[in-house]
Amino acid sequence: MADVIITLTLEGVEMATITIDDTLYEVADGANILEAVLSLGLDLPYFCWHPALGSVGSCRQCAVLQFQNEEDERGRIVMGCMTAVSDGMLLSLSNDKAVDFRADVIESLMTNHPHDCPVCAEGGECHLQDMTVMSGHRNRRYDGLKNTHVNQDLGPLINHEMNRCIACYRCTRYYRDYAGGTDLAAMGSHDHVYFGRHEDGTLESEFAGNLVEVCPTGVFTDKALVNDYTRKWDLQSAPSICVGCAVGCNIAPGERYGRLKRIHNRYNHEVNGYFLCDRGRFGGSFVNSDKRLLSAGWKLDDDVFSPLNSEQALAQLQTLCLSGDGLYAIGSPRASLESNWMLRTLVGRDKFCSGFGAEDAALRATVSAIVEGGVHTATLPEVEAADLVIILGEDVTQTAPRLALALRQTVRNVGLEQAATMGVQYWQDTAVRNIAQNTRTPLIELVTASTRLADIASDTVTFAPADIARVGFALAHALGAGPEVDGLSSTDIALVARLQALVDNAERPLIISGCSSHNVSVVAAAQSVAAAVAQKHASTRVVYVAPEANSVGLGLLDPNALSLEEIGAAARNGEIKTLVVLENDLYRRAPKAQVDALLGSVANLVVLDTMEHLTAEAAQLVLPVASYAECEGTLVNNEGRAQRFYPPITASEDRPPAWHWLRSLAGAMKHSSLAELTQIDDVIDAIATDVPLLAGVIDASPKASYRDRVGLKAARQPHRYSGRTAMYANKTLHEPKTQADDDSALAYSMEGESQSLPGALRSFVWDPGWNSNQSLHKFQDEIGGSLKGGSSGARLINATGHPVSGRSDVPDAFERRQGSWCLTPQYRLYGSDEMSAYATPVAEMMTGAQITLSPADVESLALGAEDGVSIVIDELSVDCAVIIDPLLPAGTAGFVVGHPEMLNLRAGSYVALEKKQDFMRVPEVIVTDGVRAHG
Amino acid sequence: MTDLIPALSPEEIAEIEHEVSLIPRRDGAAIDALMIVQRHRGWVSDASIKAVAALLEMSAEELDGIATFYNLIFRQPVGEQVILFCDSVSCWLRDADSVKQRLIDTLGIDYGQTTQDGRYTLLPVPCLGACDRAPVMMVGDELHSQLHDCDLNALLAPGEASD
Amino acid sequence: MIDRPLTQHLRQDGSPVFMTDYRGGGGYEGLRRVLADSSPEDCLQQVKDSRLRGRGGAGFPTGMKWSFVPMGEKAGVGPKYLIANADEMEPGTFKDRIILEQDPHQLIEGMILASYALQANVAYIFLRGEYTVAAERIETAIKECYSAGYLGENIQGSGYSLELHLHRSAGRYICGEETALISALEGKRANPRPKPPFPQVSGLWGRPTIVNNVETLCNITHILTHGAQWYQSLGIGQDSGTKLFGASGNVNNPGCWELPMGTPIREILEQHAGGMREGYTLRGFLPGGGSTDFLTPDHLDLAMDYDVIGKAGSRMGTGTMIILDDRHCPIAMVRNLSHFFAQESCGFCTPCRDGIPWIVQLLDRFESGQATEADLALLEEKARFIGGMGNTHCALAPGAMEPVTSALKYFRDDFERHIHDGRCHYHSDVGGR
Ligand SMILES: Cc1cc2nc3c(=O)[nH]c(=O)nc-3n(C[C@H](O)[C@H](O)[C@H](O)COP(=O)(O)O)c2cc1C
Ligand code: SF4
Ligand code: FES
Repeated sequence: MADVIITLTLEGVEMATITIDDTLYEVADGANILEAVLSLGLDLPYFCWHPALGSVGSCRQCAVLQFQNEEDERGRIVMGCMTAVSDGMLLSLSNDKAVDFRADVIESLMTNHPHDCPVCAEGGECHLQDMTVMSGHRNRRYDGLKNTHVNQDLGPLINHEMNRCIACYRCTRYYRDYAGGTDLAAMGSHDHVYFGRHEDGTLESEFAGNLVEVCPTGVFTDKALVNDYTRKWDLQSAPSICVGCAVGCNIAPGERYGRLKRIHNRYNHEVNGYFLCDRGRFGGSFVNSDKRLLSAGWKLDDDVFSPLNSEQALAQLQTLCLSGDGLYAIGSPRASLESNWMLRTLVGRDKFCSGFGAEDAALRATVSAIVEGGVHTATLPEVEAADLVIILGEDVTQTAPRLALALRQTVRNVGLEQAATMGVQYWQDTAVRNIAQNTRTPLIELVTASTRLADIASDTVTFAPADIARVGFALAHALGAGPEVDGLSSTDIALVARLQALVDNAERPLIISGCSSHNVSVVAAAQSVAAAVAQKHASTRVVYVAPEANSVGLGLLDPNALSLEEIGAAARNGEIKTLVVLENDLYRRAPKAQVDALLGSVANLVVLDTMEHLTAEAAQLVLPVASYAECEGTLVNNEGRAQRFYPPITASEDRPPAWHWLRSLAGAMKHSSLAELTQIDDVIDAIATDVPLLAGVIDASPKASYRDRVGLKAARQPHRYSGRTAMYANKTLHEPKTQADDDSALAYSMEGESQSLPGALRSFVWDPGWNSNQSLHKFQDEIGGSLKGGSSGARLINATGHPVSGRSDVPDAFERRQGSWCLTPQYRLYGSDEMSAYATPVAEMMTGAQITLSPADVESLALGAEDGVSIVIDELSVDCAVIIDPLLPAGTAGFVVGHPEMLNLRAGSYVALEKKQDFMRVPEVIVTDGVRAHG
Repeated sequence: MTDLIPALSPEEIAEIEHEVSLIPRRDGAAIDALMIVQRHRGWVSDASIKAVAALLEMSAEELDGIATFYNLIFRQPVGEQVILFCDSVSCWLRDADSVKQRLIDTLGIDYGQTTQDGRYTLLPVPCLGACDRAPVMMVGDELHSQLHDCDLNALLAPGEASD
Repeated sequence: MIDRPLTQHLRQDGSPVFMTDYRGGGGYEGLRRVLADSSPEDCLQQVKDSRLRGRGGAGFPTGMKWSFVPMGEKAGVGPKYLIANADEMEPGTFKDRIILEQDPHQLIEGMILASYALQANVAYIFLRGEYTVAAERIETAIKECYSAGYLGENIQGSGYSLELHLHRSAGRYICGEETALISALEGKRANPRPKPPFPQVSGLWGRPTIVNNVETLCNITHILTHGAQWYQSLGIGQDSGTKLFGASGNVNNPGCWELPMGTPIREILEQHAGGMREGYTLRGFLPGGGSTDFLTPDHLDLAMDYDVIGKAGSRMGTGTMIILDDRHCPIAMVRNLSHFFAQESCGFCTPCRDGIPWIVQLLDRFESGQATEADLALLEEKARFIGGMGNTHCALAPGAMEPVTSALKYFRDDFERHIHDGRCHYHSDVGGR
């Protein structure tokens, strides 16, 4: 019968030979037919299956015909997604019976669909459209009534249009089973199933935005996009990196008419897989903010800025910077490596400050743990594969949200193993979850307050930061590393014993920590724990969480850069004449008094940034720069992975990338080696030569000279097909000449071959017949595997395999003080991050100033249900709503890091709290969706 | 959310807690809890959904998804007695349609409606498993059979309804 | 020896048999003996030897079903469960109700024995919500059992313990499907679960679970009390034991009777049900509830045996027949059933959720005289699509299509006449049912 064998060999996977429509194929044994078929590059329509969600067999769209043996001519309809492949299996996708069955399924699904594609935000990238065409449903035979539903207001992020629902159950499976949200459910029954909330209200999950991509039709759509709409085929997208935190999720921002329209996930199986968090998805549109700096400004005597054109601005810049040698600079963990490096090189190492804030020392410790700790930092699949998770001092959902979503999968491992012993495959979702019930892989959090992982954590134990470090050190000691810790309570000793036993039984332990408690000891203790665990288990992994998109990059660039305090001292000594601040609002980094003092003692302040802010207001010269969406650059994430972002939007001439300003300045300063760097590739080469730790940045992405097989650059626009409107239809119907992009291997055009594109250059997925994001499988090695063109980014740090403990000074135990509270930092997905707060949808999700207290302290302060507190620091007072967290250690008070009203509060300092009457207090903290700690 | 639990009476809470004590997970008692509340209140209001959800440590969404699945859980107010009129095949063969028409005439309401005096709500129900006595219906907890011979007026007359 | 074991205790007036009378009639004797003398393996062997087939509709051999339950250490840690399926919502089915209301101890004894054989320590009776009388009586019976030491710790000093709970369903036919039933018992939406894994391996709370029909479990008592041999001899055809058969519709004496397996249909209809009512002629019947295929007067001499009925193109189902007469429109009857199935679809899988309502819509077109030849073809196509085994997630949809496809086969003239005449010729008012 068949004579061709098409092979798809994967390492370490048992293969099975199966026959599909008379052709022999080798596929991974135990995979389901649908997965296998898609991995082979064949087409088979589906809805309810999702590579990350597995199979439940509800839509029945993926039917194929299976034959018992060569003699069997009738065959039997089986669901591709529900049937495991096995050696010798005989299948047909194209047999009339299977084809007709699939046509019947789609026809049934469409009986209640409104056919409103022309006004639907999903149109043109709709999986339902694609599958309808693929399944051959063209004429509508159903002429009965259609069911209609009421839509809900699901908050500022997501739009709800239930009439388009085809009841594939993906939304609730993603939202509840995968992301742990509880406020979205299937309601009703028979053909009156409804997917929504109990009542109108904002979806609570930090990962709700993925519904936009998970829903195969237009039920859940991006509200901002709906209100400012552009079709996928009109979007110009670029491969980019989320600047929301240091996880470095790969994103695909889409542009039209110079505005950022939406952000989609960009698959990178080592970093973010199929999903983003909502800060990343909805926060990146800060680039559209009316707080953007539009032109350069020179401050006149009356504190008013007068606009300058680029030439004038450059002239002023030169005057300020050339006038003496007191030139200092502050870089930024949210700016690219290129800009930071250029700035540092320009002013000299001894005059460069990285611009970290309160977490400075802990951050440096974090970076040193990543670089020198000797333990391998986990990739996303490695996180998800762990069999024990110990978290020290990190509220992961708020500080590295995508990591938290991964941990929600990690805890399923025990259940998956249990299922596997019963012969149940990982993709048999219902069965696996049923077998697992509530058993979860151990995940223990030692944190400062309740977290959103409480619903999956086997233990959430709260301490003041110093005590987290103490327990950590004690654990390391118990495992055979580092100093002994005296004076632990008996419960802490028991906790250490429990952790030790878990470590002993684990095979793939994962230790997570970071600098969000602003405490060096916590990081040091975590490093020691990791080192001790790694001595026992070679496959130990760590994740150290840094706060910002390029914190790690900056730490690598210059571990010994000046701190804000040191630069403050230099300023006090009158050493700084001109201070150049790159993409950094110092008022978010340090208390107002400290920044005032610093800025007050420099003669000239130059600020380069994307946004108006307090630091910019204090400047003599303000230079606007391109945002991540308008220029390219490199960021280094938690993993030490250098990743390049590219612009979907062309930068305006008045707002060049920051390093362009600096290069021009270098020219004037006769800094010829910098001035000669014309393209970003030159800068990257120079960085690689200059900073050994950053040598790998060159490999983060192909150079501008890259061309595909036919000699073209990579396209930013999907192929033109019916419905494409002119690129500048708002201005002219004529297509202008495509904009040149000398700096990258990307073109502002739709031309370019896309099959073999390197991952780092792929800004959208599209394949004939697959207009939605579901076409991704066409570009993967295997379902859920790496992109055929390779994952984007380059890891800069390879663990030595020789674990090294952290600094070993055990801190004193936390002590309560009568009448004053020790401030502990708390991070919020919406509100702790500077840039996303400028994005309208995120701004709408932010709350006012809040302080978190233990129930005992609320009582001791005699706070009524309506009362808040006020805190006075340096004569500045802030009024805060009070959140009661039953897990918060008494004597500590949590404040929101980065909240505009709380910038003056310093972690670790003790403050007095004063009752503020009739200030609406927020009574409870959401610990997990739906389940709240009682106030 | 805790403040919502008082929306349940101590008896309801005790009965629900008893159901919880029999099974491995609190939320596993969802259906029993909804039935308990309904027994006490006639129907399950939004407030009850929230209160029961809080008690069972689950979300209102999850509970509502369950409540709206089952046809014997009423998410809207019903009359003092619910009439479940069998609309399945064996009763249909024994002329249930004309009995239903008489019922509608007698009560002045159709399926899904409640009489103005609030005494009866009329709902269809699948086969009541009394096909040998068709046509049948339930009024409250009581089964009434061979309805073609039955004086519906007398059956549903005031005074008969509540027992 | 008794030849009508299932109904032996039933009283003329329908009043319930409680503990004293049940024991008086020899009840719990079998249980006492089995606990004293037999091992769980012996019990399983007896049930296998009896060739008992499940009375819930599918007729799966009970002994074989039980043998998939892991025993001893293989069962892992945690309880195993036995569930009596007393959901009885299949249209035209009214057999379990009789036992549940009148002889609850018979079921309970069977359940204790079955649980013992499977070494289950928790058992549930999943009772349909509308069975209010049965609920009260079962509660009473369970209490009696706890006081008498037939339930609870260390039953009759045997060392074996069993907890038995009554769960009253909140409605929905799909709860009768065993995996949906398990979802409902777990307090969830009653969506059926994919098989494998079968409930025997991973059922309630992920633990090994057996779901059996009420009548099946009642038979267990008698099999274990009187032996497999005796039980086999009760059947007069190929299958063993007796069966609760029933008939509803326009017969003179609708009802339910315990008769030997293999009793000819004619005997049930003519002798027990008393033949058709005056003025009504038999046109066809669904032999085992609303989800079985029509048979016709040509099939009257068939024996009510699983395989015999299966060969004739239908199913024994629950053994309760629904009789179609010549004065009722077969299309309207099928429409009534399809409407039921559409309403009772759980809404999980496409062919069932969105397909059956379409069937109803098409049948409505016939009834209102608007149907065309194209509609007839479409109806056939859709019924095949929805009804194919394996096309849907569970057996609701195939069951739903059995009356439709068989009506298309046996009553095709009626469909064509509806198209031709543009009206339903059974009902004077157009569209009347
Ligand atoms: C939609 C549907 C409804 C069912 N309803 C019932 C029921 O009410 N009672 C019952 O015993 N079995 C019912 N069954 C069959 C059960 O799934 C299961 O096969 C049966 O309870 C097994 O018992 P048995 O082996 O003793 O026959 C139903 C099946 C389906 C697909
Ligand atoms: S066939 Fe599908 S939709 Fe219908 S009841 Fe079964 S699982 Fe639910
Ligand atoms: S994708 Fe296979 S049944 Fe839905």
